[in-house]
Amino acid sequence: MRSRTGVGRWVLWAVLVLGALVMLFPFVWTLVTSISTGAGLDATPSLVPQHPSFGAYLELFRRTSFGRVVLNSAIIAVGTVALQILTSALAAYVFSRLPFRGRGVVFGVYLATMMVPMQVLLVPLFVEMKSLGLIDSYLGVILPGMASAFGVFLLRQAMSTVPRELDEAARLDGAGHLRIFGQVVMPLVTPAVATLGVFSFMNSWNAFLWPLVILRSPQLKTLPLALAALQGQYTTRWDVVMAGSVVTILPMLAVYVFAQKYVIQSVAGSGLK
Amino acid sequence: MTVLTPLDTRLAAPPTTTGRRRRGWRNGLTIVAFLAPSAIPLAAFVLYPMIQAAWISLHRWNLISAMQWVGFGNYTKLVADPKTRAAFGHTLFYVVGEIPLVFVGGLALALALNARLKGRSLLRGVYFLPVVTSWIVVALVWRWLLNPAVGVVNHVLALVGIQGPGWWTDPRWAMPSIILASAWKDLGFVMVILLAGLQSIPEDVKEAALIDGAGPWRRLLSITLPLLSPQIFFVVVISLINGFQVFDQVYAMTGGGPAGASQVVVQQVYDLTFRYSQAGSAAALSWLLFVVILVITLLQTWGQRRWVHDA
Repeated sequence: MRSRTGVGRWVLWAVLVLGALVMLFPFVWTLVTSISTGAGLDATPSLVPQHPSFGAYLELFRRTSFGRVVLNSAIIAVGTVALQILTSALAAYVFSRLPFRGRGVVFGVYLATMMVPMQVLLVPLFVEMKSLGLIDSYLGVILPGMASAFGVFLLRQAMSTVPRELDEAARLDGAGHLRIFGQVVMPLVTPAVATLGVFSFMNSWNAFLWPLVILRSPQLKTLPLALAALQGQYTTRWDVVMAGSVVTILPMLAVYVFAQKYVIQSVAGSGLK
Repeated sequence: MTVLTPLDTRLAAPPTTTGRRRRGWRNGLTIVAFLAPSAIPLAAFVLYPMIQAAWISLHRWNLISAMQWVGFGNYTKLVADPKTRAAFGHTLFYVVGEIPLVFVGGLALALALNARLKGRSLLRGVYFLPVVTSWIVVALVWRWLLNPAVGVVNHVLALVGIQGPGWWTDPRWAMPSIILASAWKDLGFVMVILLAGLQSIPEDVKEAALIDGAGPWRRLLSITLPLLSPQIFFVVVISLINGFQVFDQVYAMTGGGPAGASQVVVQQVYDLTFRYSQAGSAAALSWLLFVVILVITLLQTWGQRRWVHDA
């Protein structure tokens, strides 16, 4: 590695650090703006706020129903994650352990559903939800996303690595499939379950198009929806809009910091938005 | 990438020995009970609406009164409509502008951060951070950064004597603004996928090339890139699929404006459905887009034999 020794390597490092600062700047600016009261009214706020205050956050939680919005996002995300893990794990157990005629075809159909884009489903799914009376409800957002072909695929890969001898041993002890599933296989695939959990949480937390279609009343809106609406409401109060952005980013940031490995695995494995 | 590998053929299982029939019964029940919780929602909320969309696309329908059969009328109307062409044009502009930017940047980052450097994992973490951020936050933060009057970007440009453009308020700069914000978010995704590929290149291959006296460029072009081609393929396929469906950031950053300058296809589908109550046209447009994406994806899959290692 002749070219990368000494000076070359140092220059590369400096460029990367500079680039990282540029990447980080929008986050820093969001935070700075959110504590610069009145930001955006007439001038660019300064990088170090002279009179930092949490006024924008107070405004956000007092004047708008943002507390409720955070709760809505949490309820929908937790519901989606729980259902996706359960439905995916059960199906993955079958695809990794219980052969039946036509199983390959069924699995193929599962995978094919991953290719269907949300925008094609928009009109008919809206009509379907309307006839089920689920417009403007948590269930209307949660139900269409309760099963995930990606989740089935991910957990099936993990379950195929669990040795069959363990199943046999449990079966000799008189365990049925439900017990083998719950007490033998599931505990051994927790890393994959964590990856799916993070993937599903992130998608649900950040989802926009479907919640936009289904949720109408302000009390039911999720964070991305409320944020988009906030912009229209506070056209020139960028401190309030940025405070909303900070509130939206923080939980995802926490997940990322504490479960970085699973976040990267879920993103790298799926490539979905 | 594993996800793109289609069916796994290792589906055969050891034959059952004793109590074959009884166990067969119980197995059958278990299979049905275990599959139903995912199979029913996927059928009801993906497959059925997918077919239903095709059916709706052949009708004139305002979501309320009875459907009126029009055959392929919606499709011929859409193809002739300059608005459709504009929407596809803007979407294509996004794809052509964003993907090369993110790809070259992500590849450079992956190569650089694969070397042993101080603080390497922290740097990777920072570059990846925008990936986990919601598109709406990305759009709003960049709308603020690129505010023509009081935004920090134009402020800094003014300090060095450059008059910044009107960004998202200017029809000519609306799409570039969206591309800039999107590239910031997607860069880390490409980096992570390509880094995973780089890490799987065996050390002895690299060493052999070094011993043979190959220079850094030669090693990049003849060894690294060919061995990285499966990940490059994956990134390109996924980026194109996602790129053609661009919506969230456009909705929050420009709403398709100013004066329709950034109206993209999915935004058009949304507007046709919920603003103009033309569900038939909306369904037809969504199918048109799906077919475009499908054809592009199939072309790439077909073409991958020519350049993807081990395809």
